[in-house]
Amino acid sequence: MSTATSGTGPPPAADTTAAPVPSPWRPRASRALLVVPAALAVALVVVPLLGLLAGTEWAQLPARLTDPVVRPALWLSLVTTLVTVAVCLLLGTPLAWLLSRADGRGATWLRAVLTVPVVLPPVVGGVALLLAYGRNGLVGSTLEAFGVRIPFTPVAVVLAQVFVSLPFFVLAAEGAMRGIDRRVLDVAATLGASPARVLLRVALPLAAPGIASGAALAWARALGEFGATITFAGNFAGRTQTAPLAVYVALQEDPQTAVALSLALLTVSVLVLGLLRGRWMR
Amino acid sequence: MTRSGGHAAGRFPALAAVALLVSGCGTLESGGSSGGEDTTVTVLAAASLTSPFTTIAEQYMAAHPGTDLRLSFGSSTTLAQQVAQGAPADLLATAGTSPLDLLGDIEPTETVTIARNTLEIATPPDNPADVEGLADLAGPDVDVVLCASTVPCGRAADEVLSRAAVEPHVVSREIDVTATLAKVRLGEADAAVVYHSDVASAKGAVDGVEIPEADNAVLTYPLARLGDTAAAADFAAYVSGPEGTRVLTDAGFLAP
Repeated sequence: MSTATSGTGPPPAADTTAAPVPSPWRPRASRALLVVPAALAVALVVVPLLGLLAGTEWAQLPARLTDPVVRPALWLSLVTTLVTVAVCLLLGTPLAWLLSRADGRGATWLRAVLTVPVVLPPVVGGVALLLAYGRNGLVGSTLEAFGVRIPFTPVAVVLAQVFVSLPFFVLAAEGAMRGIDRRVLDVAATLGASPARVLLRVALPLAAPGIASGAALAWARALGEFGATITFAGNFAGRTQTAPLAVYVALQEDPQTAVALSLALLTVSVLVLGLLRGRWMR
Repeated sequence: MTRSGGHAAGRFPALAAVALLVSGCGTLESGGSSGGEDTTVTVLAAASLTSPFTTIAEQYMAAHPGTDLRLSFGSSTTLAQQVAQGAPADLLATAGTSPLDLLGDIEPTETVTIARNTLEIATPPDNPADVEGLADLAGPDVDVVLCASTVPCGRAADEVLSRAAVEPHVVSREIDVTATLAKVRLGEADAAVVYHSDVASAKGAVDGVEIPEADNAVLTYPLARLGDTAAAADFAAYVSGPEGTRVLTDAGFLAP
């Protein structure tokens, strides 16, 4: 990123062009001006996390984690988010590849449409999903004729999660694929590799870190999904009550169970971030 | 060069934003206290009170221009917990008296009963699953939505269903009564157990199937006054007085 030379050695005597330009900012004052808002920014993120840790009754934690609400919710969250990531990889990777090869106006529009769920409030996403796959919805009314109902099922949970997380995956994977030097792919092709082979053996390995980062982002977004899920899939223990929904409901009756579940979610998320750290964080 | 230029440029909007935030807070506060004439009363109310309280507040503010009522609706449990955690509120109206137990150290200045409510089965207008009573809710093809067991409408529904020895085919337990009713309004569920007042205020968007009195539960709605402002006391008296009671009974509540 930085092309500036690192000033370790003594500057060559002949170099007279490097006269320092007087800065309007005194370094110390300007640093204080940066440090204060920066510290505030850190506090805004860290204080709630500390609050969660401080509010935990550690002695009761093991008992709370075996609460009948906790295990089905964590299990459902684990299964549905993994299915969501699998869907992202299977359907999102080809889409990202095609988008990364396309430059027309159509691709630009498609990219814009795919970004909508990123900025859409999740509850609105839930309403949209209901109007699409609900009993009276665009697709759902047809499914209903065949006796298939999607709302209030784990399938609805996965659909809600895919809706909100697929864009994260596609945008990240596409970015990584665009970063591949086109000449490498051209060389592979001139050496006789078929387009499919170029994709599988050259492009995908080169884009793998970006794809992994996209999958991690998509997974984290799916794990945290609340608004679209509760609106579209409802809230039923063991079937559609994911961990975030269980946290919300438990908070009304038994705050310590909610805290324990939150802590479990925090631990899992940090663990996954840690495992992926070498891949996509510097 | 360009990089440091970028940093300097970036510094100003950030500081400006902080300054804006700080001054923004200041204006809000001074606006509230120096206003003199305008008194703000914050009212937290159960989700089932949404429509009557909105009407009562409009009537009251029209008659008392000096008072600004701020209404917020949610599940009674969540609201009581928010108050216990320090959320600013002058009045708290809950469905049933049990949420008031969650107030902890906060002792209401005064509590009056403003209404009573019973449960009723709500179905989509054409009643696609032909629900005629509690027993029909057990049918495997009848998708039933209830309130979560943590909120008053869910607790009351559980009580009524277990008393009638019915095990309903529940597909979802929603976070409050409005969310529960919404699933029926959208036609996604065949039936929900909600308050009679919710069916009444839905005005045709859902059909009601009455639950026999012997099986039904009656909830009383307390209005708790927190703190000691005259404006809050005045609005509380208005709600529990004839004007408030009329709006509440029009909305399908029973008189206290």
